[in-house]
Amino acid sequence: MRRKDRMRNQVALGLAISALAFGASAEPDDDRLVVNGEIEMVTETAAPEHMEGVKTIYSGWRFRSDETQAFQIDDFDNPSMIWVETAQEVWETPEGAADKSCSSCHEGVESMAGIKAVYPKWSDAAGKVVTLEQQVNNCREERMEAEAWKYDGGDMTNMIALLASVSRGMPVNVAIDGPAQSTWEQGKDIYYTRFGQLEMSCANCHEDNYGNMIRADHLSQGQINGFPTYRLKNTKLNAVHARFKGCVRDTRAETFKPGSPEFVALELYVASRGNGLSVEGPSVRN
Amino acid sequence: MIRFAIISASVVFGASLACAEGIAPQQVQFEDGAIAASLTGVAGDPVSGAELMNKGSGNCIACHAVTELEHLAFHGEIGPPLDGVADRWTEEELRGIVADAKQMFEGTMMPSFYKVSGFTRLGDDYTGDAHPGGEVTPLLTGQEIEDVVAYLMTLKEE
Ligand code: HEC
Ligand code: HEC
Repeated sequence: MRRKDRMRNQVALGLAISALAFGASAEPDDDRLVVNGEIEMVTETAAPEHMEGVKTIYSGWRFRSDETQAFQIDDFDNPSMIWVETAQEVWETPEGAADKSCSSCHEGVESMAGIKAVYPKWSDAAGKVVTLEQQVNNCREERMEAEAWKYDGGDMTNMIALLASVSRGMPVNVAIDGPAQSTWEQGKDIYYTRFGQLEMSCANCHEDNYGNMIRADHLSQGQINGFPTYRLKNTKLNAVHARFKGCVRDTRAETFKPGSPEFVALELYVASRGNGLSVEGPSVRN
Repeated sequence: MIRFAIISASVVFGASLACAEGIAPQQVQFEDGAIAASLTGVAGDPVSGAELMNKGSGNCIACHAVTELEHLAFHGEIGPPLDGVADRWTEEELRGIVADAKQMFEGTMMPSFYKVSGFTRLGDDYTGDAHPGGEVTPLLTGQEIEDVVAYLMTLKEE
């Protein structure tokens, strides 16, 4: 006990010294995000009531460098938009034994405005919480009689990017009560579990240490309002479960699979930590 | 790898041998978070310790800043800077912190570098696959812990 108190003082003192010595920025920056000069993004707001350890939530955009941020300010500079256009064509292209396209049932993709903001969500038909990817595959298999896409493959991620793009600027608002509650609780458990040989939880990095540097990385809150994200690091669109997988792998743990019940639950929980931020996808990160 | 295999064999063949070859992760005795005796009986090498601070399974500066290592890029801010750490802790305490920091600081985020069991969903290195089973290699070998501790003992300000 005495030892721990001694420690705590040193940590406080030490951190002050380190900020001086290395001049690192420990906070999200103050930049405002307005996309295409018209979509005003909420990148900072009060944390939803269910969050105990965090008062204010921030989009990952606020933790990126000015150079990275700039890619997302205008669609003309946002590399994701090529794939959004590809998906726009797919939206209108009939496929499968039923010879139907998405537009056969849903008309223009604008009819999907607001959808990305409320997924994952409880489905009475499925009797479980489903992600937008699962809903898309459900339409493909049941209504189009076409093959399901790979959960985090290119076709799927492009389509999710298109669906996100028409919800941009709307507040994330996933439901965590009612029939979704037990899935949400499961996701919360996973969020706080210390996995792998490094014994680290999502919360260790994204709740306890957001704003801090871990080696060369400036830790954000690990929000998913910006997904899918184009990453400068791998120059492609990244699906949210692929990102989860990478973060779990980095703890030297056995990961869960994209589309697994565990990652669906985790996605619901992490999405709910971003309730109130704007849908930003497809976003740009490093 | 090889050193670890030798240590495990000595565990099987007798405690006296284990003493001669070093102390395996499962055998380590902590007292108030500290480890009294050298894990290997071989004095640590601070030069090799300094290298471990930067790379491999050590990578301590991912989380800690060290002014003396300022020539290396990107020091983390997760843990306290380690400048003057030898003024704050004894060699025995530092050995305990590096081997298993959770013994000294309950619930700390710092990984346990000399621990081989008690993990949740242990992976096979950084592949994302499950650990194949069998022996678990600690993040650092006993001698690597001694080397890192020897380096930390050079970080004095007073
Ligand atoms: C060892 C540290 C660490 C752990 C543990 C960790 N992450 Fe991350 N995560 C990072 C880093 C570094 C980045 C890239 C910088 C950033 O956005 O924070 C990142 C990025 C992310 C992003 C992208 C954010 C964006 O704006 O695009 C998400 C989402 C995320 N993490 C979720 C998780 C979840 C969920 C878990 C647990 C299953 C987790 N992370 C565990 C280090 C970690
Ligand atoms: C993922 C983060 C992380 C890594 C990697 C890490 N540490 Fe730590 N370390 C911490 C934290 C956090 C603390 C503060 C203890 C607490 O939680 O109260 C700490 C505390 C310490 C202390 C006590 C510091 C003091 O000023 O009193 C020493 C010594 C130390 N670490 C050495 C190391 C060494 C050596 C390595 C690499 C072999 C290492 N650490 C790797 C996070 C880390």
